[in-house]
Amino acid sequence: MARAITPQKKVMWTALAWAFGLLMFFPILWTFLTSFKTEAAAISDPPVWLFFDWTLENYAAVQERSNYPKALMNSIIIAVGSTLLGILIAVPAAWAMAFVPGRKTKDILLWMLSTKMLPAVGVLYPLVLLAKWLGVMDSRILLIVVLMLINLPIIVWMLYTYFREIPGEILEAARMDGAGLRSEIIYVLTPMALPGIASTVLLNIILAWNEAFWTILLTTVNAAPLTAFIASFSAPEGLFYAKLSAASMMAIAPILIMGWFSQKQLVRGLTFGAVK
Amino acid sequence: MKLKQILLTSAVGFGLSASIAAADAHGTTITIATVNNGDMIRMQGLTEDFNAKHPGINVEWVTLEENVLRQNLTTDISTGGGAYDVMTIGTYEVPIWANNGWLVSLNEGMADDYNKDDLLPAIAGGLTVDGELYASPFYGESSMVMYRTDLMEKAGLEMPDAPTWTFIREAAAAMTDRANDINGICARGKAGWGENGAFLTAMSNSFGARWFDEDWNAQFDSPEWADTLSFYLDMMNESGPAGAANNGFNENLTLFQQGKCGMWIDATVAASFVTGADSTVADKVGFALAPDNGLGKRGNWLWAWSLAIPSSSEKQDAAKTFISWATGPAYAELVAGNEGWANVPPGTRTSLYENADYLAAAPFAKMTLESILAADPTNPTVKPVPYTGVQFVAIPEFAGIANQVGQQFSDALAGNQTAEQALANAQELTTEEMEAAGY
Repeated sequence: MARAITPQKKVMWTALAWAFGLLMFFPILWTFLTSFKTEAAAISDPPVWLFFDWTLENYAAVQERSNYPKALMNSIIIAVGSTLLGILIAVPAAWAMAFVPGRKTKDILLWMLSTKMLPAVGVLYPLVLLAKWLGVMDSRILLIVVLMLINLPIIVWMLYTYFREIPGEILEAARMDGAGLRSEIIYVLTPMALPGIASTVLLNIILAWNEAFWTILLTTVNAAPLTAFIASFSAPEGLFYAKLSAASMMAIAPILIMGWFSQKQLVRGLTFGAVK
Repeated sequence: MKLKQILLTSAVGFGLSASIAAADAHGTTITIATVNNGDMIRMQGLTEDFNAKHPGINVEWVTLEENVLRQNLTTDISTGGGAYDVMTIGTYEVPIWANNGWLVSLNEGMADDYNKDDLLPAIAGGLTVDGELYASPFYGESSMVMYRTDLMEKAGLEMPDAPTWTFIREAAAAMTDRANDINGICARGKAGWGENGAFLTAMSNSFGARWFDEDWNAQFDSPEWADTLSFYLDMMNESGPAGAANNGFNENLTLFQQGKCGMWIDATVAASFVTGADSTVADKVGFALAPDNGLGKRGNWLWAWSLAIPSSSEKQDAAKTFISWATGPAYAELVAGNEGWANVPPGTRTSLYENADYLAAAPFAKMTLESILAADPTNPTVKPVPYTGVQFVAIPEFAGIANQVGQQFSDALAGNQTAEQALANAQELTTEEMEAAGY
């Protein structure tokens, strides 16, 4: 007999889930509220919650001081560009590892992941010198390639996990029907793995969007994305919390909205293969 | 064949001259890296004036948080990147970078009205190496005591213009009123070479301590450092705010603006904040010089945010034109005309402190100037030292070492270790790092 869930228990679990959800969401909520306060209200103690003079002056000040549309456009191009380039390279790689594994496939997978453990700053100078030599400093193409390389291990790993869920027999059947390698990947494998590919794309766009080491160090004016935009509002001497909050909200709003609409895909992607 | 050659040559020549003409029409674009603070943001806002005076030069701004900026500039300049034409750097970097050959001398090529001799000697001294000025100060700051006149009166005390550390500690204890959430003294406790490192190094100068002796031996095992740290810890434990080990400039500014500090010893640039619109105690603030111990050195520091040109810049003439505009004498008048005299960047030029309008508009002007003049970066300590810098040691290794030493001091303030342990650890790690660096 199935265990009965008492109404009390149900209420308790719901309340607990809500409390946990709000706790996780609280920093964003607080940033949102602060962005509408004056600088004085932003630091007031005890903190004010909702009953303050709501103002849009921080957003106006941020708009006036910086080029938000340009930073936004750079962020979109870099995040989407690096993810798509990564997928283009990772799909064949993951296909090979999932369906025609060799003796060293596991080692290669682990080695790929181990590159994520390298401290980024360790390759800073070689990368800057290389970029300078190629004349691509402060360009979007440089960031697209660099972020693609950084996220590639994760993309390959995720796709590898999804591909492994697909029965190899289906691909064999396609081959027997005369499909070449390219047709097999494009017309059979990709449509079947589409939910997995979609969640990989979404997750990597988020990762690339939030990347704040390389995007700040390798850009100055032309390719500076939203991470550099936020960095320009942080100040060690002087209180600009309200303006910083406004800048932060403007920087995270697009990705937050995208995450909101695609959360089903994201959750499915992240839990895929976890429970078997 | 010949005709073809002539045609080709003239076509190329025409194209070339057309592109040169186009470049002329667009002018030179210089990229300026700067930090996010009130004075710098104001300068960005006044760019139009520069454009009007110099239509051939376009200006692109890159504003970054101080530590990020430092990281970006160091990477760019050490790889000869040439991404920036003008960079905002501090007093710590100038001598080090100039010695590395990374900066362009500003002795020549500045505008006629720049008037280098008008710069405050204490500030210009920190930016000069072998007689060459390598950065032009945009604003200068020292540190001083900011105190609540009402609380001081309530405690029955009167703040002298030049207080001693003993007076400060006694006054702090007298002003402390835990029931009403008033802490007698607020000071930096957050770890970092630019946070508690700056405060305690400047304080230690007035206790007769020094970072290194003439042979670059670490001096944290000296009685002077023991006195400095134990005095600081006792005073902060008696009268400082709870959780002081996490407080840097911004946290203390918040506390002071909310009326929770009796005194705050910090950067002179804070004076305009605590007397500004966001402060709840704006009309009750007094200023005094940083304290001393009667040893001839006060516990105040000296810092200037300055504009410099990296030697990798290909537009050095345009960069000099910009620096002449932003740090020249006329800039003060420009800011005054647009935003009022109180908002003129302080602490760089003698002429500003002779200007009656400025002195009338900025109640903190006199104390700022005296604090700056009281600091001597070339002779910062009671005993002789092989380095320059008041609250720092101008060697490349310092920032890394002082971050770790600052962590030790912060731990001691948090009560995780004793003053003796903190100093012993500081001595050990500094000795190790300096030996590894080949001193």
